[in-house]
Amino acid sequence: MAKIRRNEKREMPALNTSSLPDIIFMLLFFFMSVTSMKEVTYKVQFQNPQATELTKLEKKSLVRYIYVGTPTAEFRKQYGHETRIQLDDAFADKSEIGDYIINERSAMKEQDQGLMTVSIKADKETRMGIIADIKQELRRAYALKISYAATQRTSY
Amino acid sequence: MADISFLLLIFFLVTTSMDVNQGLARRLPAPVPPDQKVEDTDINKRNLLVVKINSANQLMVQGQEIDIKQLRTKAKEFISNVDDNPYLPKLYEEDFGAPIGVVRYTKEHVISVQNDVDTQYQAYLNVQNELVAAYNELRDECAHKYFHKGYNELDEDQQKLIQKIYPQKISEAEPKNYGN
Repeated sequence: MAKIRRNEKREMPALNTSSLPDIIFMLLFFFMSVTSMKEVTYKVQFQNPQATELTKLEKKSLVRYIYVGTPTAEFRKQYGHETRIQLDDAFADKSEIGDYIINERSAMKEQDQGLMTVSIKADKETRMGIIADIKQELRRAYALKISYAATQRTSY
Repeated sequence: MADISFLLLIFFLVTTSMDVNQGLARRLPAPVPPDQKVEDTDINKRNLLVVKINSANQLMVQGQEIDIKQLRTKAKEFISNVDDNPYLPKLYEEDFGAPIGVVRYTKEHVISVQNDVDTQYQAYLNVQNELVAAYNELRDECAHKYFHKGYNELDEDQQKLIQKIYPQKISEAEPKNYGN
């Protein structure tokens, strides 16, 4: 017989968590597909400039990066506020760019060496003097394929 | 199970970054050997478009101060020279074969970008971007005209053909101190 039990205390059922792993895995896969591995830890901070005519850098193994910007907070005491160049994981002088490029290129497969691209990731506030110096060094090292890293601009 | 996937999730969040690898692709000129004498290449004045950017990021094209938004139309006008203007680059006639036929184009035009040491990187990139955009638009128009498709949809040979009609010639001088 059905009986209306009004005064009995009712417990809230425990939340069913059996689908939680699925949800977290979904998140995980989402992040895995939209992000990419960090190449290095940044010692300089930079904000990419904006442009519209962008091309995607195709093969990651053929791309080398040059970072240009002001040192991050933890390095400011040591290196000051001046714009600096970072190669791989360390600060570098512009005279080291040539050697770096040649080293990196000789480590590549022979058929890939001509396809090497150098991506210049510079802060948008950077003065052109230092960029021009970098370009001269790259020319001397015969790294002629370059790409100015930028983000897509939606409007003026 | 959830703990493990949480752990993995956090690991990926820490080790990855969101930035996509996009950029404005350019090609640098080959270096000049030190023993070679630098020759002044004689470029006819009408074939040359000089774009200067000063330290205050102002733009000057052919001695005229202009806004960055006008640069693209200006460059397109210069590269194509539709009306055979005697002050714009000289037109040459050449037969490109089957679908294109005889085309008049400016073979010898050069766009020279000169910037100051103190020019901002963003301003420089804006100029480069507009110039590349001018070429891209012209190539796209050309592709639509002869192949009835966008430039990006063409196969490699067809793209090469169009690149021949609109060769990218952006020369960059070493930066100078123009002062203000």
